[in-house]
Order: sequence, then C-alpha cells, then structure tokens
Amino acid sequence: MSQTTVRTWDEFMEGVWRQNPVFVMVLGLCPALAVTVSAVNALSMGLATTFVLTCSCVLVSLLRKLIPKEVRIATYIVIIATFVTVVDYLIQAVSLALYDALGAFIQLIVVNCIILGRAEAHASKNPPFKAMVNALGMSLGFTIGLFALGAVREILGAGKLFGVALFGANFQPWVVMVLPPGGFFVLGMWLLVFAAVARRKQRKLAEVAQNA
Amino acid sequence: MHESAWQIFISAFLANNFVLAMFLGLCPFIGVSGKLETAAPMGAATTFVMLVASLCAYGLNLLLTSFNLEFLRLIAYIVIIASAVQLVEMVLKKYSPALFRALGIYLPLITTNCAVLGVALFQTAREYDFVQSVTFAVGAGAGFTLALVLMASVRERLTLSDVPSVAQGTALSLMLAGILSLAFMGFAGLGG
Repeated sequence: MSQTTVRTWDEFMEGVWRQNPVFVMVLGLCPALAVTVSAVNALSMGLATTFVLTCSCVLVSLLRKLIPKEVRIATYIVIIATFVTVVDYLIQAVSLALYDALGAFIQLIVVNCIILGRAEAHASKNPPFKAMVNALGMSLGFTIGLFALGAVREILGAGKLFGVALFGANFQPWVVMVLPPGGFFVLGMWLLVFAAVARRKQRKLAEVAQNA
Repeated sequence: MHESAWQIFISAFLANNFVLAMFLGLCPFIGVSGKLETAAPMGAATTFVMLVASLCAYGLNLLLTSFNLEFLRLIAYIVIIASAVQLVEMVLKKYSPALFRALGIYLPLITTNCAVLGVALFQTAREYDFVQSVTFAVGAGAGFTLALVLMASVRERLTLSDVPSVAQGTALSLMLAGILSLAFMGFAGLGG
C-alpha cells in the first residue's frame, strides 16, 4: 500500500475502532439506547445517521472558508437539520412501518452530538475528501455500536435476531432487555467488556516493556 | 386530545420520564450528574430552556402551518432553541458567574440536548393545545431535574465506596441508570 492509502485507511479506521463513538467516546447515547430494541431498527438508525453525518461533513468542509467563525455552530446546525429533514421524508416515503418504529428519533438526529462534534472538530478544518472518509468511518463505528446493542437486546429480550427465532419454543424471553432499563444495562455491559479488553492489552504491553 | 393537564404532567414527570424511560437528554445526565450542586442548577436551566422552547415552538408551529411550511419545522425549532440557550447563558453569566463556570461546556450543549428538542417535537406530534404544551414542558423539565438529582446523589455516595476499578466511570453510571430506570418502571400506567 502506498503512503496515501495507508493514511486514508487510518483516517477511516479511527472512527470504526480507536475512537468508536458509542463505546469509546460514549456520544450519541440517546438514539443508541432508544431505538435499539431490535437489530433492524438499530441498522436503519445507523444508515440514517450515516447519510446525515457524511453529507453534512462534506458540505461543512466545502463551505469551511465561507462560514464566519462567529456563527459557525448555528450554520452547522442548520446544515444538519436540512439533511435530517431530507432523511425524515425519505424514510416516510420508503417504509412507513420503519418510520413509526423510529418515531421522533429520526428528527432527533439533529441533536446527535456525534454529528455536530465531527463538523466542528474535523470537517471544518479538512478538505472534503478527508472529511468524507472520516465521517464514513465514524458512521460505520456508530452503526456497529448500535448493531451490537440492538442484537444483544433482541436476542435476550425476544429470543430473535432480525425477527428469526433463535431458540426453541421453551425460551422464556428476558423482557426487561427490550424495555428501557435493558438499554442501560446492555450498554453498561459492553463498556465493561471494552474496559476489560483495554486493561488486558495495557498489562501485556507493560509486560513486554518489562521483558525488553 | 382529551388528556387533562395533570395527567400530562404526571406522565412526563414520572411514568414517561424523559431520561429514564425515553432516553432523552442522556449526555448531560451522564456528564453533569457527578455533583449535586451542579446537577440541580443544570436541571433548572434545562427546565427553563424547555419552557421557552415549548412556548416558542407552539407559536411557531401555528405560523408555519398557516403558511404550509411544515417541512421547515425542524430547522425553525432548532434555531429557536439555540437562541433560548444563548439567553440563559447570558443571564447566568451576569448573575451567577460561579455557576456559569461550573456548568462549563454543558451549558451551550443544552442546544444539543435532545430532551429540549424532544419536548418541542412531541408536543407538535401529539397536537397539544397551549396549556397542555406548557404543562408538558414543565413536567418534562421537572422529570429531567429529578433524574439528574437522584443520579447525582447516588454518585456522590458512590465516590466513597470501593468499586472494582474496571467498572469505574461511565460503565458504572450506566448500570446505576439502569437500576433507576427499573425503579421508575413502577410508575408505568400512572396518569394514563
């Protein structure tokens, strides 16, 4: 791989793994917990956010030299709100069932801190292509996070994945997992898992450093 | 809509608590709930913004509907909320600089608090009239403050106890929130 592709790949992977918005930065929690009662909902929310995040970041990046510094946040929000309105009407046209399932949370993408955070921290300082790659990585990371939550909650709370029953008829669904408390519990568990993995990695690194 | 104002208030305050049952406003809920003395003012500030946003959103919605401009609703709401937050920020900075510093970055972030936009969007979706909208906003704000204060009280005690080090921080807060949310489910059905 040449130098530039490596850098682009790095830029992309940053959002997916090292700075994963859900598990590492713990941003955008509201949609992450509210819509993840099933894997399908989680994926659709992820896709909608991907669209908004990528489009807004590219537009912000294109306009970055035109937007006066004093009103930048307001400008970003208006840009984001425009794309959210587009997505809102799009989902309504494509699938009314999905629109009802996600409810107000489609419109609430506007106030997803990940999007404003990316626009301010990255897209306003980088050229469009770089901003797009970074935004795509972040979106993928967010979608993976949502899916991890949604899948666990659907498997435990309904005994299904993508609506397909996984266990026999004797399975007693763990209903609390699809109710609000379950969202908090599952995300808490995931964060514990991530903390434990990070700690093990650190210990290994320390051992290697000691032996060397 | 035939819900009484009292029902709406109780529902937004307890049964459908914005934070613990509807997952709105989680960022400040996790971020500012470390200390009781910042949690309560933060709740009050958010409640005030909610009230202003709800009033403006009500008027704005009438205006937009009369011009058939419903597709501008979201953009108009967010601009209104941003201005309301700016107002609160200026007032706080003038009358209580210490509190202004304590709330720090979370104050401007009320703009991106989904609970505030949530109030505006839900009252529109449920077609509340003026009185209903106001009670809904006050109930939601009170519920947000209640959740924030409860969480802060628990976390203040938690700092003194011996927790497994791997669970410290956000993971533990989320578990706590889960338990609180479980408790709040006991209010389900209250207020209809």
